Amino acid sequence: MTLSLYVPVASPVHRAPAGLKLGLLAALAVALFLVDRLPVAAGTLAAVLLAGLGAARIPGRTLLAQVRPVWPWLVVLLVFHLVVTDWHTGALVVLRLLTLVAAAAVVTATTRVTELVAVVEWLARPLALVGVRPARVGLVIAMTLRFVPLIAERAHRIREAQAARGATGMRWGVLVPLLIQVLRLAHTLGEALDARGADAPAPPPRRRAAASPP
Amino acid sequence: MKSRDLAYVALFAAITAVLGLLPAVPVPGIPVPITAQTLGVMLAGSVLGARRGGLAMLTFLAVVAAGVPLLSGGRGGLAVFVGPSAGYLYSWPLAAFVIGLLTQLTWRRFTLAWAAVANLVGGVAVIYALGIPFTSLYGDVSLSAAATGALSFVPGDLVKAGIASVVAVAVRRAHPVIELPGRRPAAG
Repeated sequence: MTLSLYVPVASPVHRAPAGLKLGLLAALAVALFLVDRLPVAAGTLAAVLLAGLGAARIPGRTLLAQVRPVWPWLVVLLVFHLVVTDWHTGALVVLRLLTLVAAAAVVTATTRVTELVAVVEWLARPLALVGVRPARVGLVIAMTLRFVPLIAERAHRIREAQAARGATGMRWGVLVPLLIQVLRLAHTLGEALDARGADAPAPPPRRRAAASPP
Repeated sequence: MKSRDLAYVALFAAITAVLGLLPAVPVPGIPVPITAQTLGVMLAGSVLGARRGGLAMLTFLAVVAAGVPLLSGGRGGLAVFVGPSAGYLYSWPLAAFVIGLLTQLTWRRFTLAWAAVANLVGGVAVIYALGIPFTSLYGDVSLSAAATGALSFVPGDLVKAGIASVVAVAVRRAHPVIELPGRRPAAG
């Protein structure tokens, strides 16, 4: 299992700040729904492909693999519109979708997971006003990535143990012992984090010091 | 939030990811095969409660958006958030929150029946209530057409709600995570 969809190449698209790329993607998502002329939509798709395949040098196969899951939807939508509305609407809907999915795939392939996590932490900064600490957002994401292989391994072990006792084919029987095991593990992990000072109060925000009377 | 809660949140984000690794069951006539992944949404809500369950799903979506292919079928990245079925994804945090809320309300007498109510309302109704209008808006198809398309997922979702309910009741007995405010034994 590859744990990232990043394609390591040196290109201007790769070097662009992750926040900028995400901002552009969000703007594109809004703009595409305001466009209802086919040439404009087709031109946007061409521009996205040019940026991805040309400027960023993402292999065509990688891009295609990311777009593949939406193919069935494209076909269903196109057929629906050919039958119910007209070909123009159908083509527009499909172009919009393809453009957005391709653009998102380009951003994903040219931006490292760590950079995107940093953007998530940055986006979480306003939440500090309601008591969320951005650094802990990063900690939770790191723990999630570590837990994935660990849970898969525990599940495998429990299935083996059940099979050794003659229990075959009870696929969902794994869930309860697995959940109890990993819940205890998470409980212990939380205590270990606290023991290392992870629950220490956050340093007070700077503006509070400035606002206090001399 | 205590560090333990953060670990629980990360844990259920990861459990949802692992459930996505299970092979999907293809159903003839539907573009997307049935996966075990929404079972993670239901378990997060009915084991962790509203707040932590919702946060676990937000974490999961953030990790997927960051480009880790944890959605069923090895999908991930930002592309899945702009597809026609993205509304279902966006509904997951709210779904887990609603399941958690209903679970907390019935926690003192949390039987299989209450668990099933929570999982059906939050894990099935909420998800469709957000997913169907999104597909309809996105694909310029009528609401009823989008709903007809979603209908084929209902049997699988009912089965998942059943499994989640049985598991949630069993886990509550062995390792209860939800603590209700107010009724804790007085600290000495």
